[in-house]
Amino acid sequence: MMKRFMRGAWFLPTALILGLAFLYGPILSVIIYSFNESQLVTVWSGFSTKWYAALLDDGQVLHAAGLSLEVALASATGALVVGTLAGYVLARFKQFHGRTLFSGMVLAPLVMPEIIMGISMLLLFVGMQDAVGWPVGRGIETIIIAHITFTTAFVAVIIQSRLADTDLSVEEAAMDLGARPIQVFFLVTLPLMAPALIAGWLLAFSISLDDLVTTSFVSGPGSTTLPLVIFSKVRLGLNPEINALATVVIALVSIVTFLAAIYQSRRSVQ
Amino acid sequence: MRALFRRLGLRGRSLVIAAPFAWLIVFFLIPFILVLKISFSTTEVAIPPYAPLVTWADGAIQITLHTGNFDYLFSDWEYVAAYLSSVRNAAVTAFVCLLIGYPMAYCIARSRPEWRSALLMLIVMPFWTSFLIRVYAWIGILKQNGLLNNLLLWLGIIDQPLEIMNTQTAVYIGMIYAYLPFMILPLYSTLEKLDTSLLEAASDLGAKPLRTFWSVTLPLSMPGILAGSLLVFIPAVGEFVIPSLLGGPDTLMIGTVLWNEFFSNRDWPVAATVAVALIVLLVVPLILLQRAQERQEARET
Repeated sequence: MMKRFMRGAWFLPTALILGLAFLYGPILSVIIYSFNESQLVTVWSGFSTKWYAALLDDGQVLHAAGLSLEVALASATGALVVGTLAGYVLARFKQFHGRTLFSGMVLAPLVMPEIIMGISMLLLFVGMQDAVGWPVGRGIETIIIAHITFTTAFVAVIIQSRLADTDLSVEEAAMDLGARPIQVFFLVTLPLMAPALIAGWLLAFSISLDDLVTTSFVSGPGSTTLPLVIFSKVRLGLNPEINALATVVIALVSIVTFLAAIYQSRRSVQ
Repeated sequence: MRALFRRLGLRGRSLVIAAPFAWLIVFFLIPFILVLKISFSTTEVAIPPYAPLVTWADGAIQITLHTGNFDYLFSDWEYVAAYLSSVRNAAVTAFVCLLIGYPMAYCIARSRPEWRSALLMLIVMPFWTSFLIRVYAWIGILKQNGLLNNLLLWLGIIDQPLEIMNTQTAVYIGMIYAYLPFMILPLYSTLEKLDTSLLEAASDLGAKPLRTFWSVTLPLSMPGILAGSLLVFIPAVGEFVIPSLLGGPDTLMIGTVLWNEFFSNRDWPVAATVAVALIVLLVVPLILLQRAQERQEARET
């Protein structure tokens, strides 16, 4: 009987391997060609790290990178606060007025085309400036608020699924022993959520670091983030310096993700 | 004493709900209402560049709603065509992602448990890597003297380079590539829970593997197929980065239209109208997605 299952057994692994090659091939090509000496991005002429040196001399890129890091740190932290609350509400409070609206608003940014998020956030900031005089113009604050708003969804989903998996009885036991709800939250629930908190923060950080469309709408003249710089350079054509920059970004993100994965698997073994 | 804590807990509970709720209403819901409002305005040379809807004239409050933007949208063939081709591009993307993603998700779900999380990690990793950079990578692969053409020429499969870059094909490739993980994850989560004893039963009753797949596996994985297709379709309809980097003159997407109205023509009211029309288009898929998620939550608890 097993034989009948096995007859098509070559098909699935082949599909998986081809699929993974499809997912990783382009990323690898960027990394490999970042070490290419030639100005022509796709013609290999020899190993060189000169594009990395060029990167270090590019003041515009360095400044934008600094700004992006600043924005990503602030937005990930903000999204962690709002997203943890939202995820907790979704996982623990099954019935309250407006729950459908609430869950809809939390989850919509996961799929909402970014161009809609961008124009609506911009119109909000313009309207707010008109009505209450803040924010004056657009800059780093408006970018951070916009990023918090849409990365909150990712944090909330991670927190919600982690809480759905954890045992309610631990919290109930603490409550029975006389702990106040706020104590239960900080002493029991929060430590239980720790891996999800870290994963959520990292995801929000990497999404914020990478955002182009929403940022284009809500950024001002002095607040050009790294993706905006990359986008304008790419529109002018291929540029080996971008390959080097991309490699740095990929390396950074991979290290962070890898550490997060190790941390999470260690936690789950315990 | 308990009762007091309970009551405190309840008050704390409302606060815990109210804080994120308020944030989302101010920064997510109200902006949509503003988009709707400005879609009924007209463009003006001012800061901000649109006419106010509510004006004070002759001691009376006047509210002026211009429906001209919507008439314009439906009468101009370019906008209608952009809508239709956005829907088509997103639908084709979702379908091809399903074709590629299904066997991948199935293979991961049937692999040894200790491999599964590592394989899933491999699917998720590209999602963490910069989207912009992943799209950029395809320029180097697809262009005239790019990696793909060089490889095919070297292998002798083609005599002259293929024209892929800046065509509709390049947009499809880019979109399928970018959205594939969104399809695989929900498919995996339904396929992983699939009861394998049903497959054995079908096979014991004499069904061939293909037949088992069509009449058992595929119908049972419908929730994953639906969720995955919506997760790909909805963001893909409004995609901007991929068509603007990989597409050419024949690529028409509503996201690019909105962007150009806003940044090149500086016509905020028309851009807002395009956004409203796009939201209207997405209302049904969004409701379907939320229903699907609620059903899954209900099944899990």
